[in-house]
Amino acid sequence: MANWTHVGPAVIAAFLASLLDSVEALTTVLAVGTVRGWRPAFIGTGAAMLVLALLVAILGPALGLVPISVLQVTIGMLLLLFGMRWLREAILRSAGVIAAQDEAAVFAKATTLLGREKQGVVATWDTAAIATTFEAVMLEGLEVVFVVIAIGSVGNTLIPATIGAAVACVLVMIVGFALYRPLARVPANLLKFTVGVLVSAFAIFWLCEGLGFSWPGKDAAILGIIAILIAVAVGATRLVRSSASRPPAREGSQT
Amino acid sequence: MNLIVTVFKQLIGLFVEDGTLAILLIVWVGIAALALPRVPIDSSWDAVILFAGCVAILVENVVRAGRRE
Repeated sequence: MANWTHVGPAVIAAFLASLLDSVEALTTVLAVGTVRGWRPAFIGTGAAMLVLALLVAILGPALGLVPISVLQVTIGMLLLLFGMRWLREAILRSAGVIAAQDEAAVFAKATTLLGREKQGVVATWDTAAIATTFEAVMLEGLEVVFVVIAIGSVGNTLIPATIGAAVACVLVMIVGFALYRPLARVPANLLKFTVGVLVSAFAIFWLCEGLGFSWPGKDAAILGIIAILIAVAVGATRLVRSSASRPPAREGSQT
Repeated sequence: MNLIVTVFKQLIGLFVEDGTLAILLIVWVGIAALALPRVPIDSSWDAVILFAGCVAILVENVVRAGRRE
């Protein structure tokens, strides 16, 4: 029977991680498609998606064969590093310490660079364009695959997490190609903040379970961990903002 | 060879951006795993203490980064 205190946050974490990384990958795919043509853009994207799907299909079930306490500690530790990295970045961006990512600026830079490289390209098989989209989709997709496999295998929610990630990816593709421009208005830092909180919460919960530490409230403790992490991260953002000497890097940074 | 190095760097980059944060978290989890079961306190506090340590490491790291940048 599904444990909804785990399935809900797992699906949300996979969905939001995929949403954020798909938006970032879309920027490069659109840049390549606009400047170098859609054929290499789609070939590169399709090849990367295939590799990512294979990773989930092979590694996901394979991890299910590892003893659960070993999985909880090893995957828990990796998830903790991953989640805290995202949460740290989101806090520092919200506080204005590091600049927010501007998809429109990334798109403009990429199109300029790809346009410059295009001069002199006469081959029908545009390997540089294919490699650019393949690399962008792979790099962003690896983060999503890690979240899906890690959360899915330890929490026994591989299928719901995969569906959550796939839905977000399709959604971004539809909206991105309908608008035909990068999704610069997506609240990227809010997504990063939320995924950071959810992934860190799962990590700490599973690490303790794997080490044999019991949680007050059992499975429901994960909701408490999420609430405390949100409160701490919001408080830390204010603390950093007040202690940092410089003004915010960009208006509109979200927490 | 370059491809392997690049892939390895990307994989490490998934988990480590600030080395101090990563090292402190690993060390803290290691210490907590070894020491907490031996400390004479109610075992129901073990998970809470490990969690509190992780949160403290994160807060200290972002505050330090804020002052440094």
